[in-house]
Amino acid sequence: MMADSGSPEEQVAVIGNTDITPTESENNIINTMVEKGTSVLKKLEINVAEAEKRTGKNTVNMQETYTVYLVETRPSETVPSVSPPPTPDTLWRRYSEFELLRTYLLVTYPYIIIPPLPEKRAEFVWHKLSADNLDPDFVERRRVGLENFLLRVMSHPVLCKDKIVFLFLTEEKRWRDAVLETGFQDKADSRLKSLSAMFRVKSPDKRFTALKQYSDELNTAISQLLRVRARVADRLYGVYKVHGNYGRVFSEWSAIEKEMGDGLQSAGHHMDTYAASIDDILEEEEHYADQLKEYLFYTEAVRSVCRKHELIQYELEVAAQDLASKKQQREELATGMVRVFSLKGMTSKLFGQESQEQRESRLAALEQSIQEGEQALKEKNAECQEFVQTAWEDIERFKEQKDRDLREALISYAIMQISMCKKGIQVWSNAKECFNKM
Amino acid sequence: MSVGAQRGLASSGQKHIAEILHPLSAADESLSPGPDVTVTAGGDKEAGLSNGTPVDTPSPASASSLFNRLQLDDDIESDPRDYYDSTETRDLFVTVDDPKKHVSTMETYITYRVSTKTTRIEFDLPEYCVRRRYQDFDWLRIKLEDSQPTHLIPPLPEKFVMKGVVDRFSEEFVGTRMKALDKFLKRVADHPVLSFNPHLNAFLSAKDLNKRQGLALLTKVGESVKHVTGGYKLRARPPEFCAMGEYLDTFSQKLGTIDRIAQRILKEQSEHLTELRDYGAVYSNWTGSEGELQRPLEGVASSVSTCCGAMDELCENMGQDFLPVLREYMLYIESMKNVLKKRDQSQAEYEGRLEAALLRKQEDRTPMPPEVERCQDKVECFNADLKADWERWQSNKRQDFKQLLGGMADKNINYYEKCQAAWESLINVLQDKQTEDQTSETD
Repeated sequence: MMADSGSPEEQVAVIGNTDITPTESENNIINTMVEKGTSVLKKLEINVAEAEKRTGKNTVNMQETYTVYLVETRPSETVPSVSPPPTPDTLWRRYSEFELLRTYLLVTYPYIIIPPLPEKRAEFVWHKLSADNLDPDFVERRRVGLENFLLRVMSHPVLCKDKIVFLFLTEEKRWRDAVLETGFQDKADSRLKSLSAMFRVKSPDKRFTALKQYSDELNTAISQLLRVRARVADRLYGVYKVHGNYGRVFSEWSAIEKEMGDGLQSAGHHMDTYAASIDDILEEEEHYADQLKEYLFYTEAVRSVCRKHELIQYELEVAAQDLASKKQQREELATGMVRVFSLKGMTSKLFGQESQEQRESRLAALEQSIQEGEQALKEKNAECQEFVQTAWEDIERFKEQKDRDLREALISYAIMQISMCKKGIQVWSNAKECFNKM
Repeated sequence: MSVGAQRGLASSGQKHIAEILHPLSAADESLSPGPDVTVTAGGDKEAGLSNGTPVDTPSPASASSLFNRLQLDDDIESDPRDYYDSTETRDLFVTVDDPKKHVSTMETYITYRVSTKTTRIEFDLPEYCVRRRYQDFDWLRIKLEDSQPTHLIPPLPEKFVMKGVVDRFSEEFVGTRMKALDKFLKRVADHPVLSFNPHLNAFLSAKDLNKRQGLALLTKVGESVKHVTGGYKLRARPPEFCAMGEYLDTFSQKLGTIDRIAQRILKEQSEHLTELRDYGAVYSNWTGSEGELQRPLEGVASSVSTCCGAMDELCENMGQDFLPVLREYMLYIESMKNVLKKRDQSQAEYEGRLEAALLRKQEDRTPMPPEVERCQDKVECFNADLKADWERWQSNKRQDFKQLLGGMADKNINYYEKCQAAWESLINVLQDKQTEDQTSETD
């Protein structure tokens, strides 16, 4: 199905690419938008319209099959529009490009909980679900997930103003160069660095420690929930499908009965219906699992912010320590007091006192370095404070969003369960009617 | 040769009956067309068997029971449901309940209370209440089978339980067995012929059942030998009995499949229940780390736990009510096949004797010996009883399965209704909270 629709969509994409003028004018729009600081989502409608399978050569010249997703953006109707109705701007993106965008955001906005991407490989699946990346159902769920990612980014007060994000939506080819030009990769903190920071921070911020603990708990809770849900789905599937056997047996049995025959036969049909109904039920429930998965992956984003905070905190502490040791040196030098066990004291005792000039110049150098250190500490302190402030703002926003989303997810789950019950009651009532006619 | 074997076995059966002074031994010699007469004759000499209330009523029972049977046949053709639904025509009510465990140094066993209410004149009192154990039911069934060979005797629940696999004294096992015994006794009591059997009378009314131990086993052996020798090819088996045999084969096959499906469903459902319990627990555990979401999560946990309760009930019902009925019917089919076999044997005996007599007649022109005619009568009697019992059985079966399957649908509907109610109440809680929030925001 997707392969068939491929060629016309390709053309649309090509038109979008070659037509430079509208893109440029849109570039202007974003510039003004950034200035005004309004949310892009208010001016643009974004959706990931469809997915398509493609085959091509990768970087090491190996044949590979991959999926591309059609990203559509169009000015929203609420904007006082130009006379001809705007046509959507469309372009194709691979999952790896979404990944690149997210990595860029992660590095550029360390204090923001960056929305997660849908899973790369299907996890927490129950047996009937395919774990194949090219499976149509998986691709479809990922398409929804990618769209959701873009919507989350575009509705974020800070991220939506990012120029690279806008280019991602509007420039199919040029975007990649633009994102690499930002040099975000150089700024990327190595994991090793942050890991060592985690163990060496002396006075961690209690709020962040608590947040980290919470995100760990949430991670455990959701992953456990997803695992058990998959098992529950497995069993439920079994219960329904085994009932389907009644359909066949009732129909065979009806052949040897007189009065009971018709009732049995039609009851058998209802059992078939019952067995078939579970497919849709579980398909729908997969949406609930995806909602939970998003928050499972969000926990990683939260932890990333915590890690960044630790790194900054660590740098601050190192600067403070450095300054303190320099100050101590100055004190020692100025007073001539030598600590009993210091190595310097030993050397001076062994090799005799240094000259007054030497002391003067060393003192001056130290003074200079202390001043620099104080400046650095001030900067670090400011950086840290700003980080904490902006990060906490975003964390508060995230918490609200999470509570709202999960509550809604639970409500929709309950609605799903009710509709499943209603279906069950319907089928069994029909079957009962047939049994009564026997 | 096969004829000889038949005769020998038949006589061995008679000897066994004679041993316990059963009048049927005499009745067997002078086979009269209706089995009811046989029963009445048995009633006359019942005193020897039972040390409970002696039954010495004269023959009206035979006429009435015969009438009953014919009336029943008519009823079945018009509308069998009326007969089974109405209790007015019934005059014998039995119930099996209140199981009790008895522990002695020798053995541990369960007895069940058997209560009887009746207006029949064969009984001295209108009400009886005795305690019987499984063995006693087994005795009764063997007696019925021996004294009423042409009739379909309802099955008892399986006697042998694998030790270690099933706890014979568990509430569940005893409860299921009690229901099966109740069903057995009710089926016998509702039968127009079997219900007049003096052994039943003794079983229901005697303070102490004087049954000879050890005989039960002997009978079983005799019977199984009889079955092995049933290989004689009938010259012309009436087509209706062929159809019955074919029907039973297919039906037992289908029932076996249904039984397997039901067991599998039960297994899947119990496993689903286990997972569902875990699932609820995960939501409960989660509440600990949440603030705003605490109540919604608690709500989901409690809805899941309600669903668990409903599923538990569904499983229990399946295991204790649905599956045992299927089992009973599978045993019922075996009983039916047994009677069909016995009928074939009796026809075979008749055909064998007839053939021999005709041969002799050609040689020395002797008149037809009376036992050939007796055999013919027996076959005809067999055919009539079997047809009547078949009709009864079919009608019973239709009724029972209607009830069983309808019950299954009901239980499932009930399960879904409970779950639905649980989720609906959760939605109310969650949405109330939301509107609360919204109003507080606007304030």
